[in-house]
Amino acid sequence: MSVELWTWIIVLLTFGLYVGIGIWARVRETEGFYVAGRGVPPIANGMATAADWMSAASFISMAGLISTLGYDGTIYLMGWTGGYVLLALLLAPYLRKFGKFTVPDFVGDRYYSQTARVVAVVAAVFVSFTYVIPQLVGVGTVFARYLGVPSVTGLWVGVAVTALFAVLGGMKGITWTQVAQYTVLIIAYLIPAVAIASILTGNPIPQLALTFSDITARLNQLQVDLGFTQYTQPFQRFDMLNILLITACLMFGTAGLPHVIIRFYTVPTVKDARASAGWALLFIALLYTTAPAISVFARYNLINTLHGKTFEEVRQIDWVAKWEKTGLLRFVDKDNNGTITIAKGNAFKFIPGTTRPDVNNPDTTSANEVFINNDIIVLSTPEVAKLAPLIIALVAAGGLAAALSTASGLLIVISSALSHDLYYRIINPRASEGQRLLVARVGILLAVLIAGYFGQNPPGFIAQLVAFAFGLAASSFFPAILLGIFDKRTTREGAITGMIVGLVFTAFYIIGTSYFGMPRWFLGVSPEGIGTVGMLLNFVITYFVSRMTPEPPKEVQDLVESVRIPRGAKDAHYH
Amino acid sequence: MDKAKADAYWKANITLIRNLLIVWAVVSYGFGILLVNVLNNIKFGSVPLGFWFAHQGSIIIFVILIFIYVSQMNKIDQQFDVHE
Repeated sequence: MSVELWTWIIVLLTFGLYVGIGIWARVRETEGFYVAGRGVPPIANGMATAADWMSAASFISMAGLISTLGYDGTIYLMGWTGGYVLLALLLAPYLRKFGKFTVPDFVGDRYYSQTARVVAVVAAVFVSFTYVIPQLVGVGTVFARYLGVPSVTGLWVGVAVTALFAVLGGMKGITWTQVAQYTVLIIAYLIPAVAIASILTGNPIPQLALTFSDITARLNQLQVDLGFTQYTQPFQRFDMLNILLITACLMFGTAGLPHVIIRFYTVPTVKDARASAGWALLFIALLYTTAPAISVFARYNLINTLHGKTFEEVRQIDWVAKWEKTGLLRFVDKDNNGTITIAKGNAFKFIPGTTRPDVNNPDTTSANEVFINNDIIVLSTPEVAKLAPLIIALVAAGGLAAALSTASGLLIVISSALSHDLYYRIINPRASEGQRLLVARVGILLAVLIAGYFGQNPPGFIAQLVAFAFGLAASSFFPAILLGIFDKRTTREGAITGMIVGLVFTAFYIIGTSYFGMPRWFLGVSPEGIGTVGMLLNFVITYFVSRMTPEPPKEVQDLVESVRIPRGAKDAHYH
Repeated sequence: MDKAKADAYWKANITLIRNLLIVWAVVSYGFGILLVNVLNNIKFGSVPLGFWFAHQGSIIIFVILIFIYVSQMNKIDQQFDVHE
């Protein structure tokens, strides 16, 4: 059977499974809708968190990105895993004990202020929307590449499936769907990685092959021969200060992202909240320690397959022909010698304002004759390893699972911010259970439709938006929640001032340096890392303003005391 | 729960968190970034050690740190009789 037929079968099977889980898990009360009835076992919550966390970008693009960055790719590897240590030790157990539904719930109650609640709602909605758009774009891309379906149609199929299980099952449906999606995506990621590790090194375990076989040494040598620096050589793309600040921004941003934080509300006890953070990172680490191995294998393999060969010769190879046809792989014979040269620099000039190559405009300042889109690195591994069409189809389903699981987690945050925090906690606190559930379902449907619209018409600055989301989360939520738990003296005035200053400073720097040609006046820090500085600013301001304003009321101090003690989490939902 | 006991429990928790976060920072920011060039003079398996911490080691240690926290906190919870 052909790859396309297999892909249809697997995609239909997995989508059927997701919808089936949504119908099985449908809920009738708000606690089920927002926090899955707090009945999710820690291992299952770990899997759901991992699927929620790993997006289309982690699954499809990250290994390719690292293979061009070499050592500097550590910003993603450490940056997108280290935050879980912060979550497990500093936030998750206490937020579970607090035991409400959302992040604005905590901020609003702890800082005894509707203003603080509104600031949190705005930040949560903005952060989540910026994130959900690339997910839906990713769904469309997978449909287009594997099934020849126009990406807009693919996007709306994905939107319809997500809407179905999210509206019916709320957080409960989303959680159990994510467990299934994690299973699909990790199998799809590991099988090709194991196969390619065996072929290139004889060791089937990618992490061990990377560390103990001579593949990295061979790649380093190959790079030096072609005029690159060694793959393992640090600080080629970013200097040390920027690597530090970007890594920190991604770590602290992770710990401040609402869609990750709320996953810890869904387990039965404080003990389970701690444990599920551990399981989540273990499941994430399976992919995140495999990715850098794929990066090395794929880069070595690409250079070896293409460099010095004739164009006729490489076009005989199936995957080369296939990806050249999609435009993700492009050749140009700059020196008219009939053979391919891989060298430093770009094969083509870029179409202004994009990362797409202008194929009619070779970059004559470089001898490089190959353009490789980063996404090919993962998408082509099964073909490079000559795996069966079934596995290629599985990789497509894995990419879809990664995108849909992240999208659904973000959509529940948007919906709960609007229906729970805004409608119930601010506009109509007397709403009945039935009204609240109806508003929640309408809220998620609206969120899905708006996100679908933006997925179809994405703003031209998606890449910066993701940096924005992390910078914002790090400079607003992380300090507010951390101090809310660990410093009883932090006041409403301190937290609100700190959040606003952190947000405004970070937003001003990112927007200024990205769009208005503002120089990177703060020590040359790149916009991706400025959230760390915004966060430190927030901490300092919150601390001093808090000491200058009257201490929080007695009941708030009692609340802080109570979140520090695990006992009673099961019956502390409404206090 | 009396105040002295609650304070002692909180102190035990803070000490554990502090120790684990020191390890967290040393392996990632220390070994993986600040000291990477020094450690790269040493080989781990067949890759430079600093590179290994940045691409593999710190992630593995992060996972271990969380599970140490989980098991230690379970013990502390029992000891202070605040477990669920």
